[in-house]
Amino acid sequence: MSLLELDDVSITYRIASGDVPAVRGVSLSLDAGAALGVAGESGSGKSTLAMALLRLLPRDARVGGRILLDGEDVLAMKWGRLRAVRWAEASIVFQGAQHGLNPVRRIGEQIAEPLLVHDLAKPDGARKRVAELLEQVGLPAWRARSYPHELSGGQRQRVMIAMALACSPRLIVADEPTTALDVMVQAQVLALIKDLVAERGISLIMISHDLSVLADVCDRLAVMYAGRVVEHGPSHEVFRDARHPYSSALAAAFPTVGDPVSRMAPKGLGGDPPDPMALPTGCSFHPRCPVALDECSSLDVELWPAGERRAAACVHVRAKEETP
Amino acid sequence: MTETQPAADTAAATAPATRRALLEARDLRVEFPSRGRRARAVDGVNLAVGEGEIVALVGESGCGKTTLARTLLGLERPTSGEVRYDGAVLDHGSKALKAYRREVQLVLQDPTGSLNPRHTVYEAVAEGPRIHGLAGEREIVAEALARAGLRPPERFFLRYPHELSGGQRQRVVIAGALALNPKVLIADEPVASLDASVRGEILALMLKLRQDLGLSALVVTHDLGLAWNIADRVAVMYLGRIVESGPVEQVLTAPRHPYTQALMSVLPESPERVVLTGEPPDPTRIPGGCRFHARCQVLASGRAAEAGVDARCRSELLDVLPATPEAHVACHWARAVEPAPEGAGA
Repeated sequence: MSLLELDDVSITYRIASGDVPAVRGVSLSLDAGAALGVAGESGSGKSTLAMALLRLLPRDARVGGRILLDGEDVLAMKWGRLRAVRWAEASIVFQGAQHGLNPVRRIGEQIAEPLLVHDLAKPDGARKRVAELLEQVGLPAWRARSYPHELSGGQRQRVMIAMALACSPRLIVADEPTTALDVMVQAQVLALIKDLVAERGISLIMISHDLSVLADVCDRLAVMYAGRVVEHGPSHEVFRDARHPYSSALAAAFPTVGDPVSRMAPKGLGGDPPDPMALPTGCSFHPRCPVALDECSSLDVELWPAGERRAAACVHVRAKEETP
Repeated sequence: MTETQPAADTAAATAPATRRALLEARDLRVEFPSRGRRARAVDGVNLAVGEGEIVALVGESGCGKTTLARTLLGLERPTSGEVRYDGAVLDHGSKALKAYRREVQLVLQDPTGSLNPRHTVYEAVAEGPRIHGLAGEREIVAEALARAGLRPPERFFLRYPHELSGGQRQRVVIAGALALNPKVLIADEPVASLDASVRGEILALMLKLRQDLGLSALVVTHDLGLAWNIADRVAVMYLGRIVESGPVEQVLTAPRHPYTQALMSVLPESPERVVLTGEPPDPTRIPGGCRFHARCQVLASGRAAEAGVDARCRSELLDVLPATPEAHVACHWARAVEPAPEGAGA
């Protein structure tokens, strides 16, 4: 059974100038022990969706649909229950580890905090657990006494992961966990995340604009554009053989070094992601789509089966699958 | 969507020596005091950017690539060695620097940070021409915006940065650089803060500027894919030195230095990964021998010993690589196992 199930989730920010539909009817599911990658650019709604999983959105956000964690609706939870679920059952690793840590408190205290708050350990036990956690993320135990500024970016991101692991959650949501890191440090952090998923059976939702990184870590991928999932399926199939033109563009944005096709030929999409308050009619991708048809400006295609456990929301996919 | 140059491959690989060096670093060293010690941020570098050439300077944070770029721009003074532009040593007098900066322009990483939020696009692009007292400001601004792909330019004159998308803001920054009609752009991570789909468009713009205006560029980045996308040559920097350089096709398809090999191996889709442990060491304590030896996977695995160079790796300094366009590597092991062709590919 799936650990997490999103059923027709919509999120709208109500601001002074009107409603901003950030997420528009997203349904996804994540099996226990599996890793799902959510890809998209700024404004696609991917981070809003991640925050909604633990009800971390600001007050002006209205959330519709259902978010079932282990069968229990997160949106209907009482405050006390929600507090218990955060950290203990599901935790989040944010991007930009610089801002996630308190600069005037030692690393060890910060990792121990969720343990103490949730009464999962006494101070002595917490100290031992902190040492254990630091070791798990590849940092020496004495680092517990360091302040954030004494660590490098990669080390801080490891501390964030240690914090997320503190209460042994079953689900970790990682929002761009390696974006600000150097390639080699990024590789170290990704290897760590992969190990955690594989060895400890933790489920993972990882969010990034880099499809190649997601394909590397996750079993399945969902690609979001303008608040919707436009394609989902097994990672390597979506990455190598995308069925939605937007997914293809994302996959081509990071070239394979050594591939003669991309040599001296950077691939990009014209235009910019749409303003959620003024979405194009029909398929919201059509103004930037290299293969748009006339009907795309009026016809909004839903997700359509595109092979084994795959779906894509594109008129071309529908046409292909309909004609045998 | 973007222009392709199918023939560029072989041309760049076989005839790299034809370009005249426009911007050069010669045995450049830049040191800073750091907590009572000397940080050797740039520790002996030869580098040349030819006319109409795009060179990628690749390395991790802390390797000295940004200090090197700043020194080439005249923003830092070299401790020793020299920067040369168009054959002449860079003069750090204020008048000479002002003239130099018309020729060599900087494009920064984060367009949101490098644009004043209270200046319109017009003001942002007109700033350079005003400082240099150029006539025909309006035409200059319009042309620069159009060159940077913001068309029609008049439509953007009165917009503020917050009304633009990330890609458009980066185009404004590039237009600001183009307004002075420079010969060289030095771009520090020009696409790192941009969305994936916009990234290709900005890189394509840099190729187009080279094609239309003959612009040279030094692109400072940690992104090997970027180098593959637009650069003719690549220089890989580690702890203040260039450890490998040469034509992109050669260096990135058959890297010879273990550090370059490790960087390549952690790219997604690479078959076998060499994840180096730890972080680049501190420029105040550069190890003796080969500066990479403490993290070197070839030394650690015993392959350097097999080639009989392990003692030299630990004790013998390597020379500073020349700035010439052909491929160079600063590695005892790679030099020992060659000249077997492609010998370093293992």
